[in-house]
Amino acid sequence: MIPELGHFALILALAIALALGVLPLWGAARGDAALLGIARPAARLQFALVAGAFACLAWAFAENDFSVTYVAQHSNSHLPLIYRLTAVWGSHEGSLLLWGLMLTGWTAAVSFSRRLPEVFAARVLGVLGLVNAGFLTFLLFTSNPFIRLLPGAAEGNDLNPLLQDPGMVAHPPLLYMGYVGFSVAFAFAIAALLEGRFDAAWARQSRPWTLTAWLFLTLGITLGSGWAYYELGWGGWWFWDPVENASFIPWLLGTALIHSLAVTEKRGAFKGWTILLAIGAFSASLLGTFLVRSGVLTSVHAFAADPSRGVFILALLVAVIGSSLLLYAWRVPRLEGGGLFSDVSRETALLINNVLLAVVTATVLLGTLYPLLIDVLGTTKLSVGPPYFEVVFVPLMTPVVVVMVVAPFLRWKRHALPAIVRQLWLPFAASLVIGLAGAWGVGVFSVRGVLGLSLATWVFLASLQLLQQRLRGTPAASAVSRLADIPAAWWGMWLAHIGIGVFIVGVTFVKGLEQNADVAMKVGDSAQLAGYRFTLQGIDEISGPNYTAIQGRVQLWRGNQLVSMLTPQKRVYTANNMQMTEASIDAGLFRDVYVSLGDAPTPDAWVLRLYYKPFVRWIWAGCLLMALGGLCAALDSRYRKRNKSEAA
Amino acid sequence: MKARHKRFLLIGICMALLAGATALVLFAFNDNLMLFHTPSEVAAGKVPQGRAFKLGGMVLKGSFSREADGITTHFTLTDTAQNVPVLFRGALPDLFKEGKGAVAEGSLDAQGVFVATTILAKHDENYMPPPARDAIDKAHATERTLK
Repeated sequence: MIPELGHFALILALAIALALGVLPLWGAARGDAALLGIARPAARLQFALVAGAFACLAWAFAENDFSVTYVAQHSNSHLPLIYRLTAVWGSHEGSLLLWGLMLTGWTAAVSFSRRLPEVFAARVLGVLGLVNAGFLTFLLFTSNPFIRLLPGAAEGNDLNPLLQDPGMVAHPPLLYMGYVGFSVAFAFAIAALLEGRFDAAWARQSRPWTLTAWLFLTLGITLGSGWAYYELGWGGWWFWDPVENASFIPWLLGTALIHSLAVTEKRGAFKGWTILLAIGAFSASLLGTFLVRSGVLTSVHAFAADPSRGVFILALLVAVIGSSLLLYAWRVPRLEGGGLFSDVSRETALLINNVLLAVVTATVLLGTLYPLLIDVLGTTKLSVGPPYFEVVFVPLMTPVVVVMVVAPFLRWKRHALPAIVRQLWLPFAASLVIGLAGAWGVGVFSVRGVLGLSLATWVFLASLQLLQQRLRGTPAASAVSRLADIPAAWWGMWLAHIGIGVFIVGVTFVKGLEQNADVAMKVGDSAQLAGYRFTLQGIDEISGPNYTAIQGRVQLWRGNQLVSMLTPQKRVYTANNMQMTEASIDAGLFRDVYVSLGDAPTPDAWVLRLYYKPFVRWIWAGCLLMALGGLCAALDSRYRKRNKSEAA
Repeated sequence: MKARHKRFLLIGICMALLAGATALVLFAFNDNLMLFHTPSEVAAGKVPQGRAFKLGGMVLKGSFSREADGITTHFTLTDTAQNVPVLFRGALPDLFKEGKGAVAEGSLDAQGVFVATTILAKHDENYMPPPARDAIDKAHATERTLK
């Protein structure tokens, strides 16, 4: 009965979404206040219905209702409750329902914003309603999670063991929050095109939404990277896997968008470009969904290959991109040029940053789609290796970081070149020296090592310099109150840019100094790696709630000091007899030591993979700083003040 | 410089940057394309020695052996028509088994042995990597046309 309620709620939600997608837009065009008034309640009702459907599916999982096909396929009564609940988004249908929940959630959040003018809010909600209608149609007709299995199964198939992990609790919801959040930026852009209003107020209203989506996407990608690191058992943190790229492409465009929006708000420039980026970021999110969910890619994330689903998402994608670009082409003559700026100015710096980010996006997109294209067109199968991305990414991102360091020092409109050179040459030279010396000192003396360390040092020094510049002329006694006066948005920028520096440090050290070895060991054997001694003390058989495992006891020694005891496992999940490697990690601020247990070549020996990963935590710490920066910027009080003239 | 000249200069610099990026991309792209080949293609001598590629197929039953060091393994990848001997040093992925599909990355040595640097791990018991599936399907198709 409960699953039917969920199904029914979804159908009702589709009807509401259609009403929301049509009536307020019609009302806005006609100036009909009654139709406009539908928008906010409809947006909230739609969310309540989808949330209800989601709760029904979660209930079916919690209660082990194996007469629902989706539950029977992806759960098991021995699965711990927390994983039964996360199994809701463990496969195609449920993860799409989560997508829908996020989309309606964002829509409802917009409906509570009182800072938006009534007509504009109705248009934004209407556009979101249209997107949601398309999406719910897709869900109901190709991927309904509530379909019954008759007769019901006595026991479920179990969740893919790979997904039975705390990472599953947070990674998909955060990632989807980000992905889907760009729909709001998209709806703002479309509503602006419909209305022909592209003023500073529009950009200011759009910024906190875009920043929030961006920060969730950053968190989602970071968590995914960390999860892959310890769960896949190979110690990598980024594989340039097409699915990872699918989330990285919207991130790159979103990053360009939050910077371009700043120019549009402050200087009224880059309007057309900002709108294109908003369309692009959401289209990239849809493209990502298509790539991941259609089964054209084979990866951890591709659940089931069903051509009709792929075709449907592709049609949705074409409809969204096609109609918004048409609207853009029709309305773009109405865009007025923004303020003029000279060739040395903050606008120029942000322009270069945007062009470069767009180029990087294009190269990642090329590497991701090319193998698919070739596969469709010809008989050859090929793949683009990670070296391609690394070779292209570093030279293109280096100038982005350089521009990122310089831009905050530049004034809007015009800045004298000699002045900026005078201001920045000393920390630049110092960074170069520190980078060279540091790289030589720790043994990463290569082009990449020197480049990475110099850039990171420059980011840190320049950040200090920026802060000092803000406080110049302030007596020490009032420095604290002066710091408190700095707007949150500025702190956000500052933190996020430092995050980039921290990230670069992590990548440089991991790439330059990581070590690994595969060794066959018997109980009592020792192996050496990077100054550590690993001693295999014993192998135990243990059993968990739904698996049995062999577990190695590996002592980690540094000289005569026992650092820690590592317990890598090799699990066999009983429901589907699947084998899983669980790595064991001794984590630290400056290095991780990572051990995973491989197969047994002879009955009394095991293969162990040993890794030494210096500074690997800095990679994720840098990303978290970026997300924190996004949070600060999104919470800036400027966005929360209601402007009377705008509301009118 | 007049404003107009400045703008040309700016556009010129942007174009030069983009051209540089394009050159970089094409250069890197060409170097890093990795083709998939089937054991039949390898046997027919269609694959150049020394260049890295991906080899897909099924691990031949009874072909798996391990050297005394416990790390170096030998096995044969087959598309049911032709076989290619493979050498791999390292820990094998969880789902590597005789009779199951696998994809190896590496290159051919002078003796015609495929020296693998990576064996691709997949995460589902019943899953056959598409290139491996393809290799076997192709071999079956050729067999049928020959009959």
